[in-house]
Amino acid sequence: MALPELKQSTTEARLASLSMPAGGCLEAARRAAISRVQATGLPDRRDEYWKYTRPDTLTVAEAPKAAVFDSGEEPMFDAFDRIKIVFVDGVFDAAASDDLALEGVSIERLADLAGKDIHWSKDIYGVLEARGQSPVERPLAALNTGYATDGVVIHVTGRPSKPINLVYRHQSDSSDAMLHHVVKVDSGAEATILENGPAASRFSHVMEIDIADTGTLHLVRAQGRDHELRNATHLFARLGRESVFKSFTLTVNGVLTRNEAVIEFLGDDAVAHVAGACVGDGDFHHDDTVFVTHDAVNCESRQVFKKVLRNGATGVFQGKILVKEGAQKTDGYQISQSLLLDDDSQFLAKPELEIYADDVACSHGSTSGAIDEDGLFYLRSRGVPEAEATDLMTLAFLAEAVEEIDSDDIAASINDRLYGWLARRR
Amino acid sequence: MAALDQFEAKEGVDQETVDAVRDVSTYKYGWDTDIEMEYAPKGVNPDIVRLISGKNEEPEWMTEWRLQAFERWTGMKEPNWAMVSYPEIDFQDQYYYARPKSMETRPKSLDEVDPKLLATYEKLGIPLKEQMLLAGVEGAEDAPDEGRKVAVDAVFDSVSVGTTFQAELKKAGVIFCSISEAIREHPELVKKYLGTVVPASDNFYATLNSAVFSDGSFVYVPPGVRCPMELSTYFRINAENTGQFERTLIIADKGSYVSYLEGCTAPQRDTAQLHAAVVEIIIEEDAEVKYSTVQNWYPGDENGKGGIYNFVTKRADCRGDRAKVMWTQVETGSAVTWKYPSCILRGEESQGEFYSIAIANNMQQADTGTKMIHLGKNTKSRIVSKGISAGKAQNTYRGLVSMHPKAKNSRNYTQCDSLLIGDKCGAHTVPYIEVKNNSSRVEHEATTSKVDDDQLFYCRQRGMDEEEAVALVVNGFCKDVLQALPMEFAMEAQQLVAISLEGSVG
Repeated sequence: MALPELKQSTTEARLASLSMPAGGCLEAARRAAISRVQATGLPDRRDEYWKYTRPDTLTVAEAPKAAVFDSGEEPMFDAFDRIKIVFVDGVFDAAASDDLALEGVSIERLADLAGKDIHWSKDIYGVLEARGQSPVERPLAALNTGYATDGVVIHVTGRPSKPINLVYRHQSDSSDAMLHHVVKVDSGAEATILENGPAASRFSHVMEIDIADTGTLHLVRAQGRDHELRNATHLFARLGRESVFKSFTLTVNGVLTRNEAVIEFLGDDAVAHVAGACVGDGDFHHDDTVFVTHDAVNCESRQVFKKVLRNGATGVFQGKILVKEGAQKTDGYQISQSLLLDDDSQFLAKPELEIYADDVACSHGSTSGAIDEDGLFYLRSRGVPEAEATDLMTLAFLAEAVEEIDSDDIAASINDRLYGWLARRR
Repeated sequence: MAALDQFEAKEGVDQETVDAVRDVSTYKYGWDTDIEMEYAPKGVNPDIVRLISGKNEEPEWMTEWRLQAFERWTGMKEPNWAMVSYPEIDFQDQYYYARPKSMETRPKSLDEVDPKLLATYEKLGIPLKEQMLLAGVEGAEDAPDEGRKVAVDAVFDSVSVGTTFQAELKKAGVIFCSISEAIREHPELVKKYLGTVVPASDNFYATLNSAVFSDGSFVYVPPGVRCPMELSTYFRINAENTGQFERTLIIADKGSYVSYLEGCTAPQRDTAQLHAAVVEIIIEEDAEVKYSTVQNWYPGDENGKGGIYNFVTKRADCRGDRAKVMWTQVETGSAVTWKYPSCILRGEESQGEFYSIAIANNMQQADTGTKMIHLGKNTKSRIVSKGISAGKAQNTYRGLVSMHPKAKNSRNYTQCDSLLIGDKCGAHTVPYIEVKNNSSRVEHEATTSKVDDDQLFYCRQRGMDEEEAVALVVNGFCKDVLQALPMEFAMEAQQLVAISLEGSVG
């Protein structure tokens, strides 16, 4: 079917502004992805999947400018012992990065694969993204597969002693970065990946994650504080038997953030938790879109999303649990909550369940409202000043999402950031 | 169920039990009445619209309104976002108007009424006295009542065949008649309110209905009047290949109260039949309307052959402060259901409630839910939806709760529970939640589970068979909604829940 005229012209203009990195084992996957984009067109506001978020600025040929913001803070995970991999405006910075050698993991640059005809990542790159296009199209992810200029390809074979930290620096006010990462976790292996920083004025990010039977991956992201930042991220995870995937995303600021997570259970007894906390002020639009597919027996999925919004900020949650026929004993849980600190902010949610198996326990909850007056009164009656009491209540509200992080140290550093955000705005 | 026809009672089993077993095992209302019908030619076009308007002896403005709706409809596309699938409907292969021939002139006494029509009422379980009233027999109003009084408007295919207790209602100032009569007798009211809640251009089916609706009910309750009895409409599709397009308009003026019941049945046929109704309710200051539906259209056979396609637009507008509306629905029939009774909470402190049981068995598909649009301050809404899927059926709750910026201090509570019986069916929940101010509280909860094994075991251990046990557990699951129904309806609904699940276990 022919695309609507406007969609067609937007898509063509965007494709014309990009050039596909040629050569190597990924070229076929890139070409296939580009034809997927051509077939579906890039999203526009008429698409049901973009009902609550306007994709225009993510699809225009030229990225809207975004001023570089100096928070004056120490970058997020600097205090941790880690392997640091730095990208500046979407380009790998070898000088600022650590040596990539670490026992239990092999790390390569995506850009280096252009010279290789055979590589394991060929079985994952663009493959999980393509699987994630059905039943809902995600053309921005396909666009990334086609044109991503850099990224890392991580193969976890054992239990590396420290986390891998991807640091994204923003230096140019008109940068338009596209990174694509591939992560493969072998059977019995376990690793932690940390991501932080604003990356670019407009940042498109795709991470494809393939976890083999009994593998484990922890992912913690902090999306930077640049005010005018625009982000579109996609996680595609495929889980084998008894594997574990836990992800947490912290978003503070940015005019537009769309975080999509597409999780698929293919092996029995696996566990996936996707969590997010966001605090937004003013001209802030944050969208969490999650799609979990249960296609195996006795798997557990949890989605926990908390949003604190003020001064006209908008929070969006679109979550779905799909339980396929035969995926018995599924335990699916989904909660999305927003705390509206004033009358101008809004929360828009569409928490969905689609279930084709009978022996399951699936539930979702969604709430929205102001700070609990009784709790506030209690704290004040104990001598806590009002501003501080509000902050405490807000942190308590966000706690359920932060608790999804297994590492206490990382959780503590996230809480510090949240407290900092609140304190600055008192 | 053919086996049951040759079912021989064992010794010692009384005839009553045998009849009861026969009774519950099939769609009870699947018979059709062989009655002489008058049809308009198949298909829909401006001429048919004019013909329907002419048959109802409508004034020019009404004909014009219909023609405009038809014009719009030709430019509209059938919606496809619902989680239902069915073969393409040929809208030109339907009869848009059919009425019993005997209705050409209104009967003066019972003898003049087509006896087959009377037999139909009897089978539908309409009490004898009301049959007389429906047939227009003189003196019927003085006949002794059995229990509580309910005024009935019966719609047979395209036309209303009679309304009971009109005189008594008139004494109270309540107008209850067919919409065709209202257009003739009370044009000022119809003109003022028709299409103000569901505009003629609202959606594909509502627009089609606006063009070709043939009949339906009209209720006007004047200020301060508490309607002395429950009002009820029976809708029956009888003729083959006929679409039923009824239009209901209910107006509750300031400080009034009315409870309205709606029941629907249709014969068992191999071809699918279309039903696209529109219900508009206007509730003024301090008024309250209760609208209860037991929808039991023919659902098709176990292979999905035949059945009613039920595409309904129902909406209530709480225009005045402290207006209140309560939708209660028990949806057990229809092959495909597409229905979202909604509440516009415009007046301050107005309230909307939605209680629903949707049961889908065999090949049935139901996509139903509600919209709660909070516009006024301090408005409240409550949604309780219970979906039950069995066989190969698909059951979807689809709803919207919207808190506009000006709807300060409003409150919504939503609970959607789904129950799955068997591993070939599906249960889905698609809620939209839009909150645009912070003084309002919105809570949404949904769960999906199967019939609890422990509960089943307990019932069976007490000597129940499996189907009885499931029916009991399901009735417990639906309790919140059943309690919201008027008494007689609740009893009927409870039985219907059990019947609808026949053959879904084991």
